[in-house]
Amino acid sequence: MSTTTATHHDDHGHPTGIMRWVASTNHKDIGTLYLWFSFFMFLFAGALALGIRAELFQPGLQFVEPENFNRLTTLHGLIMIFGAIMPAFVGFANWMIPLMIGTSDLAFPRLNNMSFWLMVPAAILLLGSIFVPGGTIAGGWTMYPPLSVQNPSMSVDMSILALHILGVSSIVGSINIITTILNMRAPGMTLMKMPLFVWTWLITAFLLIASMPVLAGALTMLLTDRHFGTSFFDAAGGGDPVLFQHVFWFFGHPEVYIMILPAFGLISTIIPTFARKPLFGYASMVYATAAIALLSFVVWAHHMFTTGMPVAGQLFFMYSTMLISIPTGVKVFNWVATMWRGSMTFETPMLFSIAVVFLFTIGGFSGLVLAILPVDIQLQDTYYVVAHFHYVLFSGAAMSIMGAVYYWLPKWTGHMYNETLGKWHFWLTTIAFNITFFPMHFTGLAGMPRRIPDYALQFAEFNMISSIGAFALGISQLLFLYVVIKCIKGGPKAAANPWEGAEGLEWTVPSPAPFHTFETPPTVK
Amino acid sequence: MNKRTILSVGATFLSLFAVNSHAAYALNLKTPATEIAGQIYGLHMLILWVCIAIFVVVFSLMFYSILKHRKSVGHKAAQFHENHWLEVIWTIIPVIILVCMAYPATKTILAMKDTSAEDMSIKITGSQWKWAYDYLDQDVKFISTLSTPQDQIQNKAEKGENYLLEVDNPMVVPVGKKVKLLITAQDVIHAWWIPEFGVKQDAIPGFVREAWIRVDEPGVYRGQCAELCGKDHGFMPIVVEAKSDVDYQTWVAAQKEAAASASAGADKEWAQDELITAGKAVYEKNCAVCHGATGAGIPPAFPAMTGSAVATGPIEGHLDIILNGKNIMPAWKDVLNDVDIAAVIAYERNALGNSTGDSIQPSAVKAAR
Repeated sequence: MSTTTATHHDDHGHPTGIMRWVASTNHKDIGTLYLWFSFFMFLFAGALALGIRAELFQPGLQFVEPENFNRLTTLHGLIMIFGAIMPAFVGFANWMIPLMIGTSDLAFPRLNNMSFWLMVPAAILLLGSIFVPGGTIAGGWTMYPPLSVQNPSMSVDMSILALHILGVSSIVGSINIITTILNMRAPGMTLMKMPLFVWTWLITAFLLIASMPVLAGALTMLLTDRHFGTSFFDAAGGGDPVLFQHVFWFFGHPEVYIMILPAFGLISTIIPTFARKPLFGYASMVYATAAIALLSFVVWAHHMFTTGMPVAGQLFFMYSTMLISIPTGVKVFNWVATMWRGSMTFETPMLFSIAVVFLFTIGGFSGLVLAILPVDIQLQDTYYVVAHFHYVLFSGAAMSIMGAVYYWLPKWTGHMYNETLGKWHFWLTTIAFNITFFPMHFTGLAGMPRRIPDYALQFAEFNMISSIGAFALGISQLLFLYVVIKCIKGGPKAAANPWEGAEGLEWTVPSPAPFHTFETPPTVK
Repeated sequence: MNKRTILSVGATFLSLFAVNSHAAYALNLKTPATEIAGQIYGLHMLILWVCIAIFVVVFSLMFYSILKHRKSVGHKAAQFHENHWLEVIWTIIPVIILVCMAYPATKTILAMKDTSAEDMSIKITGSQWKWAYDYLDQDVKFISTLSTPQDQIQNKAEKGENYLLEVDNPMVVPVGKKVKLLITAQDVIHAWWIPEFGVKQDAIPGFVREAWIRVDEPGVYRGQCAELCGKDHGFMPIVVEAKSDVDYQTWVAAQKEAAASASAGADKEWAQDELITAGKAVYEKNCAVCHGATGAGIPPAFPAMTGSAVATGPIEGHLDIILNGKNIMPAWKDVLNDVDIAAVIAYERNALGNSTGDSIQPSAVKAAR
């Protein structure tokens, strides 16, 4: 891909101080806001997880009462999903999509400002619910009724409203991203020439638009069941508690891919750079992403195999779930083939990407084990599932985010980060992650249910190992914070393209990227 | 850090592992006790080995590439980025593997769902935080709750071998008989799960779901509630004792005898002190979990008993709420017998900081049903 260099001119006329951020319509500033927001949420929800692991360090109740334990697991899940992982990807979309497709900003800059600032009242509602009478929401992030209807605390309502607001923010953001990608690409950049990260976000945005309203529907029914005497989910009034699960997971399964498809995009950007070789099977990557997205709408009930569906339903959802492993497998094969006969170097972003390919595949395989319905009957709601979704969400989504932060830090800050510290962060994170989560496969197989504050004695050894790993994992992330701040404050000057093998329009603008870029679109040949 | 500190930290670390190590850890699914659980075990092993085989092949290639195709050993990058045949092959091979996995899984699913031709049926009802068992063919019913003492949970006493996996009244089944389980719930969703049986079925309020077991060998099998059901979700274990047919019949006879003597007590005249004494045990087993052992409750969800408008108001209203429930307070009329209800009313009105001085006779409870 060769480009003509665009003209750049200096920063001008934007507000300074706090108003620069509050009133910003600049995709880079809003991207920065998203990324910092998600990082603080990541640390906060991680701290909640350490509360969980402290209680589970030994059998018996030590630090956390059972109801508070349920609050910790619930908030940890909600904040990690809606506060950390999703906003981080939107942050990348804001910063990088305009730079990657050679346009000056998103299509609707003011809507973009609104998308971010809606997150703040949502966060206040969600976190503020900790302080209201009756304590914060405790029924699990999935909020299954009748348990979530039974809890009279207004914290449940605050959480529902927070999720409604986050849903609006996501939908608005997705419309913005789709419009930008479809209409504002630089001349010559056909759809099949787009960087894969842009492709994965285009598909993710469609998933968001299709699934967030479904969540809003489920939540609204929950709200009216709680306060206005409806009985959508109350069998005594003619409703069905399982209906909620169907509607929730019709949102919830696409949501899983909303959190992993952009990660695939990031990995597909980083690996070719450090293998110094074009991405293998670009077209099949695009088709595989689209296939995963379509399949994500017909597999939801695999989260509900133990609810007792008719046999035809069980078989359908087992087969459709197994099918997802095919496009996912194609992706893993493509990444390995991209490395094959490359000329690899192992800077921090590449280390993270290789670890993602390796560890995400473990999560993918445990997903295949869980897809086999009879096996799922044994493993549903055990620690095996906890291990599975942390292998896809932490070592899939979160670690790809970390790798991508290192990858683009030079572009964002104009400085190179400290490679030694970056590698320390990588190794500490990877090792601690595995110490934390790998033993959960064993505790799950041996029969430890999830979401319990205390456990039988045969689970003691592995829980202790997990807890030690979790604290190491949590503390390692402070090193990440330090490396990022150090890089912002200074460091060796970064060239416009600091990576030998990096391709793409974002590397044609200076580092740090000027406040306005591509006001005249470049031409892609 | 000097050598001695390192050693002592190491020793502390190791001693942590020694604590509570009298129950052996396990790496795999529990030893199956039914044919279905055996099939599940086999399916899991099959899939596990297939996954490990694919994993080893793919990542051997990746790590070979990482070792050999690196810039530091002078490897020059090739520029290929497509190979249609390769892409077709690695799409088709997984399809074939998946079909081979789906076939045995489908057979097991069909067997699991076949609840016909049962020898007997047990209705299982989950509620916060206990299980009720109703033997539909035998007129035997009872409630099963956690029997691990609070002192063990609060780390004031040493934890027993079956810590958190022990109950007062286990469910009892005969070996070799096909037992149909009719599973439902009273308040929120629970899940009835015994790993050795390969049965995990959500208990859903308002709906009855079916499962079945045929246990091969006599023994005690332990499981737990597997669906988050509120504060004491981690404290509602399931224990099933499988007995030979003869032992099972003996057990049924003993259960019927106990029920008969309990209902005989309903016709006798009770002194208030007797009721209060009996009521303490009933309260602590059934009520304390929400309303607190001291009557403090957990407001706002679970109101305090001390000074409660119900427990200090008209006794008829008090009886009505216990019999029929209200909002999240469950109905107890099918769970507790007349003596238990009369006793717990006496206890709640004359203990826990309340002193109304009145009580109600079991015969009156019987009349109010």
